[in-house]
Amino acid sequence: MKAPSGDILLSVENVTLSFGGVCAISDVSFDIAKGEIRAIIGPNGAGKTSMLNVVNGFYHPQQGRITYHGRQRSRMQPYEAAANGIARTFQNVALFKGMTTLDNIMTGRNLKMKRNIFWQALRFGPALDEEVGHRRVCEEIVDFLEIEHIRRTPVGALPYGLQKRVELGRALAMEPQLLLLDEPMAGMNLEEKQDMSRFIVETNRLRGATIALIEHDIGVVMDLSDRVVVLDYGRKIADGLPDEVRRDRKVIDAYLGQDR
Amino acid sequence: MSAAGAAIGVNDTFAKLLRAHAAGRGDRPAFRHKDLGIWRTWTWRDVYAETRALAKGLIELGLDRGDTLAIVGANRPRLYWSMTAAQMLGAIPVPVYADSVADELAAVLEHSEASIVVTQDQEQVDKVLSVRDRLPALRAILYDEKRGLDDYREPDLLPLESLMAKGRASLDNSAAAADLDSRIDAVRGADPSVILYTSGTTGRSKGVVLSGERSIAAARDTVAFDKLSDRDVALAYLPLAWVGDHYLNYAQGYVAGFCIACPESADTAANDLREIGPTYHFAPPRVFEALLTRLQIRIEDAGAFKRWLYRRCMDVARRWGEKIANGEPVPIGGRLAYGLAELLIYGPLKNALGFSHIRVAYTAGEAIGADLFAFYRSIGLNLKQLYGQTEAFLFVTAQTDRAVRSDAVGPPAPNVDLRITPDGEVQFKSPGMFVGYFRDDAKTREALTEDGYVKTGDAGFFEPDGQLKIVDRAQDVGRLRSGQLFAPKYVENKLKFFPEIREAVAVGDGREFVAAMINIEFASVGDWAARHNVSYASYQELAANPRVYELIKRRVDEVNRALSLEPMMAGAQIRRFLILPKELDADDGEVTRTQKVRRKFVAERYAPLIKGLYDGAVEASIATEITYEDGRKGKLEGTCRIVDMPSFPGELRASAA
Repeated sequence: MKAPSGDILLSVENVTLSFGGVCAISDVSFDIAKGEIRAIIGPNGAGKTSMLNVVNGFYHPQQGRITYHGRQRSRMQPYEAAANGIARTFQNVALFKGMTTLDNIMTGRNLKMKRNIFWQALRFGPALDEEVGHRRVCEEIVDFLEIEHIRRTPVGALPYGLQKRVELGRALAMEPQLLLLDEPMAGMNLEEKQDMSRFIVETNRLRGATIALIEHDIGVVMDLSDRVVVLDYGRKIADGLPDEVRRDRKVIDAYLGQDR
Repeated sequence: MSAAGAAIGVNDTFAKLLRAHAAGRGDRPAFRHKDLGIWRTWTWRDVYAETRALAKGLIELGLDRGDTLAIVGANRPRLYWSMTAAQMLGAIPVPVYADSVADELAAVLEHSEASIVVTQDQEQVDKVLSVRDRLPALRAILYDEKRGLDDYREPDLLPLESLMAKGRASLDNSAAAADLDSRIDAVRGADPSVILYTSGTTGRSKGVVLSGERSIAAARDTVAFDKLSDRDVALAYLPLAWVGDHYLNYAQGYVAGFCIACPESADTAANDLREIGPTYHFAPPRVFEALLTRLQIRIEDAGAFKRWLYRRCMDVARRWGEKIANGEPVPIGGRLAYGLAELLIYGPLKNALGFSHIRVAYTAGEAIGADLFAFYRSIGLNLKQLYGQTEAFLFVTAQTDRAVRSDAVGPPAPNVDLRITPDGEVQFKSPGMFVGYFRDDAKTREALTEDGYVKTGDAGFFEPDGQLKIVDRAQDVGRLRSGQLFAPKYVENKLKFFPEIREAVAVGDGREFVAAMINIEFASVGDWAARHNVSYASYQELAANPRVYELIKRRVDEVNRALSLEPMMAGAQIRRFLILPKELDADDGEVTRTQKVRRKFVAERYAPLIKGLYDGAVEASIATEITYEDGRKGKLEGTCRIVDMPSFPGELRASAA
């Protein structure tokens, strides 16, 4: 395994997570380097989403250590993760269906709003200036994701591929340092996948976000990611460059079944 | 006003017009563009400064008088300014259709020998780079939006922004500024101002060269005709390379000094239209049709009360709307009802469509259905028709505000000299007339008559009220043996406006009378059959059904009645018709892939049927080979009845040509 270049942004050491008797993750260690696109793959039920939930503080592992930005943390809540620059999207889109695209993205700015509710309700003076600033950030994201035409559309009325894009937009509005994407291309057609891949690469390169993504489309994973970690039944079975992982015997076995 | 009036005489190029606006109405908005969700505005003074900076940058890239500069992209302020910047230097802008594939783009760049290309974004840059080796004359590629282009390393690829920044800095030097001024003055009105490539549906695309003074003269006439002023606003959403955009937005905008608003993207144009609320608008008939369809679907989804209200108000509109629009006398009760309906339905409806402020709207390009046209007219939209060509710099005819109808395109536009040749072709001389085709003198000579008229290739005639009616392509127009003018497409279109008729082929050139072969629309006639207990197993059976014949006969009768009311066409009524036993199909070569009937081919293939139409037979048989979708061939045999039609007494050949 190649040592990651650059600084480590987040490291997971010997993490074990179980629900009652079911062990979702057992003794997994890996790290994410600053500025990379890190893929987490594995067959269904391998513990990928659980892993993301551990990283952003939704689940608390029974054992193991998580170090983010050089600081080891114990029981962190999701909102603290958000405040620390970790944003995510979900496997099943989790947007406010009745709100417009723009409003949904604006909610991503919530943590960055400094004025209290009274100022905001008055929509006056400094609160107004602040809102204008946030709106501009959101508009840049709208431009970036090419969703101008649905700016005012309630997201519930949008096709699935666009909802995924809006969700990415909301995560970007947090200006995250670490972006967790849970199956960003699930259920998309080829063209939508190509668009989404482009947005992910550009988010990484132009916006400087480190990205951890779960994805089933191996072609996409191999093209996009710098390093890949492979889970199977809650255990790590491989970790390395896409080409190394692709040739790894254990990985092939996990996906295709063992050859006898 | 007097100063501006005096200056107009010398403003024979768009660059000079821009300079005059910067001085005369410097604070009025000239361009708007929605960017990051916000409409940004540039005044005429801003635009002049930006355009000068761009022109200076182009000088530094070596662009000189007589060079060509291509522009590929959507309607963006900077792309428009690139045109004017080139024109400041006497270079010739060549806008190219943004959706052309690399090969088409290369053909235009090659033919126009463009030395600089201004592109909108990465997509266009990629296209140009992919055909780069075919373009030895190309020296630089500029782009407006830098997104995705950060790690392109081509040496002569640079952003417009930095070119303009450099130009702006250079212009601080007063000598450089004076040099630019003298360049602007040196360009003459007779010099080429722009090259617009035709879309090339009829063969290779040709570069239509227009001069500054002619373009401006034409635009000035129509600006006066429609009373456009610097208080007007237009949404620029039509393709840059199309004469319509160059005329309606660029030329008229620069002449009248009105504001040109550029939409955020093609997808948002409908919404941007609503936000801007233009006062001057153009859309082709199919756009109006799509809007109406969407509207009707939404109405059907509305609650019962709203639907009722809508219907009542539309009844009022149908009854009085057009009369009011045309200034005819209308009783006070009608006016009151219309006013109330305006408040309740038409006003909100126009607002939803973005049409609230429109004073003048045009449509052109194809025949517009009478009902569709009447709908917009009757809710108070001043929709008019024009007939134009790239070679004319658009306007050949245009309807005046109070004399509008759906089946004609209006009297000649101001200062247009229009004539109809004995064989029916429309020819014109117009103020905006083109100078020639770029590097194609043979084609130029072909397009002009000896006495300098432009041949349109369209056949038409004047109605008694002086409006021109276009009937067909001139080469398709024939005559009956009696000498009666016969325009097949004109007759066919009238038939095809009925939902039951999908396709029609009219024959009659050199014959005694007009006969028609009709294709029924399987879906709608099938639906009709289901509701009227007519059973059938196949298209062929349905087409031969006597009750279907009765249905179609009524439609043909209506067409004949309509034809009888037109002095020029009364003699071309359909005397006999039959219903074809099979659908005309592109696989059999009977229609083109774009669903246009290949008349000659059909006439040969169905010769036995045509023979039957003219030898008085009561039925005719056909045996022909057909191609199935999977490529297999089969034989189709059919017999169809031929029906005689009574003809209406018309003013037969009342105005014989």
